[in-house]
Amino acid sequence: MAAAARDRAAIFAALGDETRLLLIAKLCSGQPHSISELTVDSKLTRQAITKHLRVLQRAGIVHGVRAGREKRFEFDPEPMQEIKQYLDIVSEQWDQALARLKSFVED
Amino acid sequence: MNDRIEKRIELKASVSRVWQALTDYREFGEWFRVKLDGPFVAGEVSRGQITYPEYEHLKWEAVVQKMEAERLFSFTWHPYAIDPKVDYSKEPQTLVEFKLEKTATGTLLLLSESGFDKIPAGRSLEAFRMNDGGWTQQMKNIEHHVTEKP
Repeated sequence: MAAAARDRAAIFAALGDETRLLLIAKLCSGQPHSISELTVDSKLTRQAITKHLRVLQRAGIVHGVRAGREKRFEFDPEPMQEIKQYLDIVSEQWDQALARLKSFVED
Repeated sequence: MNDRIEKRIELKASVSRVWQALTDYREFGEWFRVKLDGPFVAGEVSRGQITYPEYEHLKWEAVVQKMEAERLFSFTWHPYAIDPKVDYSKEPQTLVEFKLEKTATGTLLLLSESGFDKIPAGRSLEAFRMNDGGWTQQMKNIEHHVTEKP
């Protein structure tokens, strides 16, 4: 549980940036991408993209894979799934709390 | 994936009744299941002890943001902070807003909890709508990936 919460903090932090969300959007199309592909139509430099990819890698959202001489990056949906489950739990808790509020004010 | 949780519920009670249930600290505690130390005051920290069965060991802590009579009550907190061993201060704080609207039969309560991704509500989504391909489609892709790998 403690580890999960730490991971979640890292995932949230990784997602809290528009450039990184854009990188995820590109990568989640399914194909691993090279840094060059990810740098195309971006205003950012290769170095900046690399830095953002490193943050995503630390959060486990992106993994590096070797393809011959080139390094490519692929999307891992698991951390996002973890976040989705977490949001589902928070959402479920509100449903229960609001149901209690309803019977509280309507009685 | 959403960066906010939104709920709407129709209550057969007057706006002032609902407002009281939300902002009187004892009444809030009744339905939310928390024993609060004192009244809610905008800008101040609210502390207490959870009274929900099996979670009684947990502390409640939130910062009251807005109290606009019979319209808006909001606070920031760490959602779902259920493990006392975990330091939730590193997790993002979310904003919880209760908005009240008068209806023919009582009150419409709109609840939202936002800020899960640390981006001001809606901004990330707006940013993506302006991009080719669109955020909606990309989110569908993510959804697809996620459901593919249960």
